[in-house]
Amino acid sequence: MTPKKRRRLAFAISLLVAGAGAAALVVYALQDNVLYFYSPSDVAAKHIAPGVAFRIGGLVEKNSVRHGKGAAISFMVTDGRTRVPVAYAGVLPALFREGQGVVAMGAMDGAGTFDASEILAKHDERYMPPEVVDALKRSGRWKEGK
Amino acid sequence: MTGEIGQLALCLALALACVQAAAGLWGLKDERAAGVASGAALGMFVFVALSFGALVVGFVTSDFSIADVANNSHTLKPLIYKITGVWGNHEGSMLLWVLVLSVYGAGIAFLKRGGLRLTSAALGVQGLLAVAFILFILLTSNPFARLDPMPFEGLGLNPLLQDPGLAFHPPTLYTGYVGLSATFAYAAAALLTGDVDRAWARAARPFMLIAWIALTLGIAGGSWWAYYDLGWGGFWFWDPVENASLMPWLVATALLHSALATERTGAFRTWTLLLSIMAFSLSLIGTFLVRSGVITSVHAFASDPKRGVFILLILSVAILGALALFAWRAPKLESGTAFEPTSRETTLLVNNIFLVTALGVVFVGTIYPIILSAFGTRLSVGAPYFQLFFAPIFIALMIVLPFGPRLAWRRGDLLAAFRTLLPALGVAAVAGVIVLAAASPRTLVGAGAFAVAGWVIGASAVDLVARVRARTFAIAGFAAVLAHAGLGITLMGVAGTNLWRSEALEVLAPGETMTVGRYTLRFDGVKGVAGPNYQAAHADIDILKDGAVTGHLAPERRMYPAEGQETVQTAIRTTGLEDLYVALGDDRGQGRWTLRAYVNPLAPLIWLGAGVMALGGLASLWGRVRAMFFAQDKEPAALAPEAV
Repeated sequence: MTPKKRRRLAFAISLLVAGAGAAALVVYALQDNVLYFYSPSDVAAKHIAPGVAFRIGGLVEKNSVRHGKGAAISFMVTDGRTRVPVAYAGVLPALFREGQGVVAMGAMDGAGTFDASEILAKHDERYMPPEVVDALKRSGRWKEGK
Repeated sequence: MTGEIGQLALCLALALACVQAAAGLWGLKDERAAGVASGAALGMFVFVALSFGALVVGFVTSDFSIADVANNSHTLKPLIYKITGVWGNHEGSMLLWVLVLSVYGAGIAFLKRGGLRLTSAALGVQGLLAVAFILFILLTSNPFARLDPMPFEGLGLNPLLQDPGLAFHPPTLYTGYVGLSATFAYAAAALLTGDVDRAWARAARPFMLIAWIALTLGIAGGSWWAYYDLGWGGFWFWDPVENASLMPWLVATALLHSALATERTGAFRTWTLLLSIMAFSLSLIGTFLVRSGVITSVHAFASDPKRGVFILLILSVAILGALALFAWRAPKLESGTAFEPTSRETTLLVNNIFLVTALGVVFVGTIYPIILSAFGTRLSVGAPYFQLFFAPIFIALMIVLPFGPRLAWRRGDLLAAFRTLLPALGVAAVAGVIVLAAASPRTLVGAGAFAVAGWVIGASAVDLVARVRARTFAIAGFAAVLAHAGLGITLMGVAGTNLWRSEALEVLAPGETMTVGRYTLRFDGVKGVAGPNYQAAHADIDILKDGAVTGHLAPERRMYPAEGQETVQTAIRTTGLEDLYVALGDDRGQGRWTLRAYVNPLAPLIWLGAGVMALGGLASLWGRVRAMFFAQDKEPAALAPEAV
């Protein structure tokens, strides 16, 4: 092996090691920072630990919206089989309605309530979040052409 | 009638694109074909422009016999949104894409940089891209498709897009995205001709610069639009669509720096080629992500899976083809010129390593959820992941940055460079100490960020002083001074907003007040206001200081009945150093409304910095333009090493 080739090999190996190290770091960081999407049935089945952030999606159950003090609000999100209570204090998106699809971001508190930090905006009356469609399909409550 | 003219013009453009591709590549064997390719490129531009003009006429006259107009326009829409609405939908925006592509093709043909053979091959590659994208439009997204029977009224344009931002954001962003096609074409042409010397980097440089400037402005403009239009108080959300535009920018920035070395000393030849290919590949991937509908966002118009597959096909052929060409030809190229570990080349190498690492981080975070969703797991990657990596990478980059312009090519003197940078170190220390002493809450991170910003801006000032002393006032010489200072300014804005933002959310009845930061806001109630094509809930808010009214804010929520959608119109009062930002929330009954208010310190600096960066690009471009049109000026490659 000529010195030039040896240098190149050393360079290639160090590049590979650095690349692998960086990739491992990235994957490690990803695991802590991904938000999974769960339907209410998933939440019931998985026993997600309090404080772990995730997104929940389903329909806002009819007659479940209660206004509290200040900007506080609570409601039930359902996929037709299971319901999860949601607590939230903040601005509601314009198209937030009972019986309509909703996606919220937050975590479970100790008492089985989903503490939402954000209710994701929905820009369009005709639009249903794809995650919600998915969740409703899985619980058998989705009718095509609805 | 206009529909038929547009359709016909686009078909003729396709024919000319085929001629351009064939003649351009034939030019590798016989330089005389270059003339044919140039003519075809100019002709294609004329016909694409004609076709685009026809679509504009269709939108302006509300010709609802054209399906695209009927689906995306409305007679009541103000004229400006009828015009900008042309690219506020999938079909029209793809036509804009091709229009920009043809403008660059015409530019390559007109300037003939780097000799006939190189120009011809570049035109050939550009022609192939044009063929692919015009076919895509004609086969899957024809903007001139007819609608029969013709409806009396159109469906309207997504209200979020009914904003002056639509006039600037997509055209600038496309000028950037698609501009990288010219660099890509030149890189592929250099590989085809086999002459990868300094000439090709010099030939491609103006296009590289235009693309980078436009991309910088396009991204900054998009971020500003999201800031005032969404009502969330933030300027960057690490949304996949934002990342799709950031990725080509990171590579284009790396490319600008690496090509500088290639042009000046011949270093990094193959690496510069690879970056050129990568930059445009990421533009294509961005187009795919945004336009195919794999991501749901305001930007995703398409829902037809055929389109996604078609773009994916174009993207795979272009990227794999270019990489195969690279793998085949690159090993035969002359290896680069040697340089010492302490030289400007080394700093450019470090710059490239940091930028490409940042790219890797963004790429993984953006693609990972899309790949997993194919296997049924739905998740999203949160902002903390991106911030965790992005912040340290950019801080490290900016610590090294000031040494670049102070070191000579090939062999520099690190100690001497450091000595000239001592004043910058002083600026950094002062900035850090002031922030540590004066800002509340007190944070070490904030002090560090301001020290780094001070270091970079101070170094730019050192360069500026050196230039003034040496009486070298060539505008191109100020390119790096401006671009680097702009980065420092943006860092201050980002740090200020993220670390010292105040936020308040309250439900207020008329007459009640809330406080945010140093401001007291009095809610004076909401009244209904009718706009040209919307109904608005218009809030009146007074800014109070010691009981006296010092200002007025009027945020709105607008309901668009034609589209059945609502938008938020934020009210922002800026002092130039601080934004007071108020968004109207939802109606809570009995005249009570939720109000969200933010004080964003230094927020305007984020966009000011981006503007200064773009000015730096313009300064560099100016040097090239002068050299092109005034024969007595030489291109900077022949100038003294310190001229950038």
